[in-house]
Amino acid sequence: MTSRRFAGLLAAPAILLSLALVGKAAEAGRSSSTLRVFAASSLANAFGDITREFERTHPGVSVQINLAGSHQLATQLEHGATGDVLASADQRWMEHVRSLTLLAGDPVPFARNRLVVSVPRTNPARIERLQDLARRGVKVVMGAQAVPVGAYSREVLEKLGRTRGFPPDFARRVLANVVSEEENVKSVIGKVQLGEADAGFVYRSDVTPALARFVRVLEIPDSANVIATYPIAVLENAPAPVVAREFVALVLSPEGQAILRRHGLIPAADVP
Amino acid sequence: MTAAVRRSAPRWIPVAAITAMGVLLLVLALPFAALMARASPGALLSRLAEPSVVQALRLSLLTSFAATAIVVVLGIPTAYVLATRDFRGKRLIEVLIDLPMVLPPTVAGFALLMAFGRMGLAGQWLRVLGVTLPFTTLGVVLAQAFMAAPFFIAPVRTGFAGVDPRYLEAAATLRASEVHRFRRIMLPLALPSVVAGTSMCAARALGEFGATITFAGNLPGVTQTMPLAVYVTLQSDLDTAVVLSVLLLAMSFGLLLGLRAAPGGWWGLRPRAAHPGSSPTR
Repeated sequence: MTSRRFAGLLAAPAILLSLALVGKAAEAGRSSSTLRVFAASSLANAFGDITREFERTHPGVSVQINLAGSHQLATQLEHGATGDVLASADQRWMEHVRSLTLLAGDPVPFARNRLVVSVPRTNPARIERLQDLARRGVKVVMGAQAVPVGAYSREVLEKLGRTRGFPPDFARRVLANVVSEEENVKSVIGKVQLGEADAGFVYRSDVTPALARFVRVLEIPDSANVIATYPIAVLENAPAPVVAREFVALVLSPEGQAILRRHGLIPAADVP
Repeated sequence: MTAAVRRSAPRWIPVAAITAMGVLLLVLALPFAALMARASPGALLSRLAEPSVVQALRLSLLTSFAATAIVVVLGIPTAYVLATRDFRGKRLIEVLIDLPMVLPPTVAGFALLMAFGRMGLAGQWLRVLGVTLPFTTLGVVLAQAFMAAPFFIAPVRTGFAGVDPRYLEAAATLRASEVHRFRRIMLPLALPSVVAGTSMCAARALGEFGATITFAGNLPGVTQTMPLAVYVTLQSDLDTAVVLSVLLLAMSFGLLLGLRAAPGGWWGLRPRAAHPGSSPTR
């Protein structure tokens, strides 16, 4: 009985304390020295480096990167998530966000990316060229239709089917080999890296130096490839609009573009 | 003691308790209410027949039924041993069984890949036998069983342990074998717990998401269960996502409500169980 009262005495401060901590954390998240960048998952490594560079040149500013599929980022913003900068892996979802009047200015293309086929180093299905993907029993993984990388992958298959040296039903046969439609590009490369899938369609930039130990790349000819354009923009209700514009400037600067190139992305200036 | 409790309980306690409950209920019920409000009955009915919805529903029912059956068959003996025996390492086994309950499902899915994936510890051997689990419906069943097993074993074990040992001792003096005592006394008396465990397990299997998408992947008709379909359609077709969500919600609600209604009189076992000495009807 006394112990029960004691428990009550303990519980009340515990609840108050946890509420206070939550409040404090929320406040810290809102402070103007924090910059929130919403970035497509294929930008994970490149934006990690850009962020370090930005924090080095902007003491006191800490950058939080919210990584997700471009469609998820758009959905989060649509439902009221607050951020300062949006970097999307395709123009479709950036346009969607713009149509909701959530952008503070025009989106600027800052990088391009192309698709490659990734194959585990162990290469269990013995895939030596793109045509092998149509062989029966090959386990192919690609992004779901709604994810940019998934839509691009299907486009590439169609284009390859019209390319000399490929059977006309190439796309249909490869699609029949698909064992999983992943929700984002990182899950695609994950399944390839683990050797569970025989091949996966990913961005060139996803095959990072760390992954190259496990994954081999089959290039897709430019004529059949889809060059994805990555736009960046400052968000309308950005809590830190000035810092946000400085971040975008860094991404577009020669240093930023060099970092992007190091991570397998094509700098925006390189493409006509 | 009772007098002391009465004296020390001021009038504000029930008020505070009801307020706390109200706040909690609001937080719990509001999202469900919002989901229901979003779905118009007409759209609900018209989309129920959509092939993608039917496909996901059929796969979900099939896999969660199979997963529950596996867990029940393997879980009853496990719960029995844990409830009736003491041995070295028992704690460790109990923790192991509870682990999937608290583990992030993605971690569980990843661990399953490490074990049963094509390149996994056991998966390499399974492959020799011609069994593949990742990207197959069987893989979905395994992921669901893995995540749902603790929800069956915990209540059943408690149920078995709660059977009055005097009945079992009495039966033992009458030379009833252990199997006989289990079937005639323990199982009937613990049946409400078994029913509760089964519905909890089925409900958990039905809602499984993270381990499934990590281990079994996502392919309509093969591994795309209802929770996966909700997640995927959320990005392209909000109305279908709402329909799938409402359907899933109704099924889980029904399962858990059925579980509340079931133990007790329903099963007609209480009277017999209360007099284990009386001759069992065949």
